[in-house]
Amino acid sequence: MAVTGILLVLFLVVHMLGNLKIFTGETSFDHYAHWLRELGTPLLPSTWYLWIQRTVLTVAVLAHIGAATVLAMRSRAARPVAYAHRRKIHVNYAARTMRWGGVIILLFVIYHILDLTTGHLNPQGDPSNPYGNVVADFAPSRWYVTLFYVLALVTLGFHLRHGAFSAFRSLGQQTPKGERRARTAALVFAVVLVAGYLVVPFAVLTGLVA
Amino acid sequence: MNLTLRIWRQQGPEDKGRMVTYQVDDVSPDMSFLEMLDVLNERLILQGEEPVAFDHDCREGICGMCSLMINGEAHGPQRGTTACQLHMRQFSDGDTIDIEPWRARAFPVVKDLVVNRNAFDQIIAAGGYITAPTGSAPEAHASPVAKADADAAFESAACIGCGACVAACPNGSGMLFTAAKITQLSLLPQGQPERYTRVIGMVDAHDEAGFGGCTNIGECAAACPKGIPLNTIGRLNRDYLKATAKRAGTPGS
Repeated sequence: MAVTGILLVLFLVVHMLGNLKIFTGETSFDHYAHWLRELGTPLLPSTWYLWIQRTVLTVAVLAHIGAATVLAMRSRAARPVAYAHRRKIHVNYAARTMRWGGVIILLFVIYHILDLTTGHLNPQGDPSNPYGNVVADFAPSRWYVTLFYVLALVTLGFHLRHGAFSAFRSLGQQTPKGERRARTAALVFAVVLVAGYLVVPFAVLTGLVA
Repeated sequence: MNLTLRIWRQQGPEDKGRMVTYQVDDVSPDMSFLEMLDVLNERLILQGEEPVAFDHDCREGICGMCSLMINGEAHGPQRGTTACQLHMRQFSDGDTIDIEPWRARAFPVVKDLVVNRNAFDQIIAAGGYITAPTGSAPEAHASPVAKADADAAFESAACIGCGACVAACPNGSGMLFTAAKITQLSLLPQGQPERYTRVIGMVDAHDEAGFGGCTNIGECAAACPKGIPLNTIGRLNRDYLKATAKRAGTPGS
């Protein structure tokens, strides 16, 4: 879980930084998007690097889901008779919503690829103009797209808050002081990442990016 | 105080079991929770009914026998307290209290509120010991131990093996218990020779017993009557990672 999670988190960071290039203007953003396709050339033929990264990420996502499924099935098998009365002592919303949160994030990722990568669900869907696709996507009239985007990103934030701490712990974080630091780092990271993603649709919504 | 109790009754391992309601009147707030159950049982015996079976021994919070899920919380509402040290003043007149056994596949119900915690013994047998000759107490300065290590080892050694961590864990995992038993030895010089075979053996025994996997939620540490901290599991993880790297060529692994 930790290792595949870290791979996916690294991608999220780079993807967020790439998104923020939308504030540098249409030409610059489109240039960046096209450059992604040329990344790795001339060592690799065009788009090869992109496909290598897509393969690695897909394998990571599948392994992450596989490990989560094993944990969930073990968890279910470990308590065949449920409690009649159950009270949670330790309020940890993020930790308790990891499994269903993960499902929501997966559905969002599928939608997101069909929307802004392949363009099937995008109102413009022009592969040569990603800037225009983003602006068309988050247009005020399509408020429900923005709403789903926000919900998915907040879910991702919760997922990362527990996931990042849990990764530290799984990889051997072992002192009480380190635990406080790891929890704080996970919270700050989750908030910064979600904020970094959410400024884009809100910039489009408020007309800052048009 | 007059209380309504809803208690899990199950005649034996094969019985399906059900919650049964009992009324207990004139409970003193100074009674311990187990004394309150004693009062109920005396009445049941006088009435010719089968008394409620529950585990108990020292009644001073150090033996780890009591294992009651009280109103959905392991050992009841008071933090850092076993059920035997829980007093009725924690409850109010007219309360309805639900009492259930620990629920885990690895802890099958023997009768009523009594569960078989042999799975913990299996984990201990898989590595919770040292091979250093013990005998009489050694001279205190013979093998120096850093104060911080001694404190952390002692913190883990406070584990009484009651199983509240498993009972409270949403995943039914016994990782806090396993981690405490590993850490109390791995932090001290006497525990070093078997340090890395121990962690592999005990985690394997934990998984084989049918406990769930740890997802670092932290419910166990909140429920633990002895305050074993959650970072103990991090110490186990660290040892486990090192052990998997060292495994090849280690005799007996």
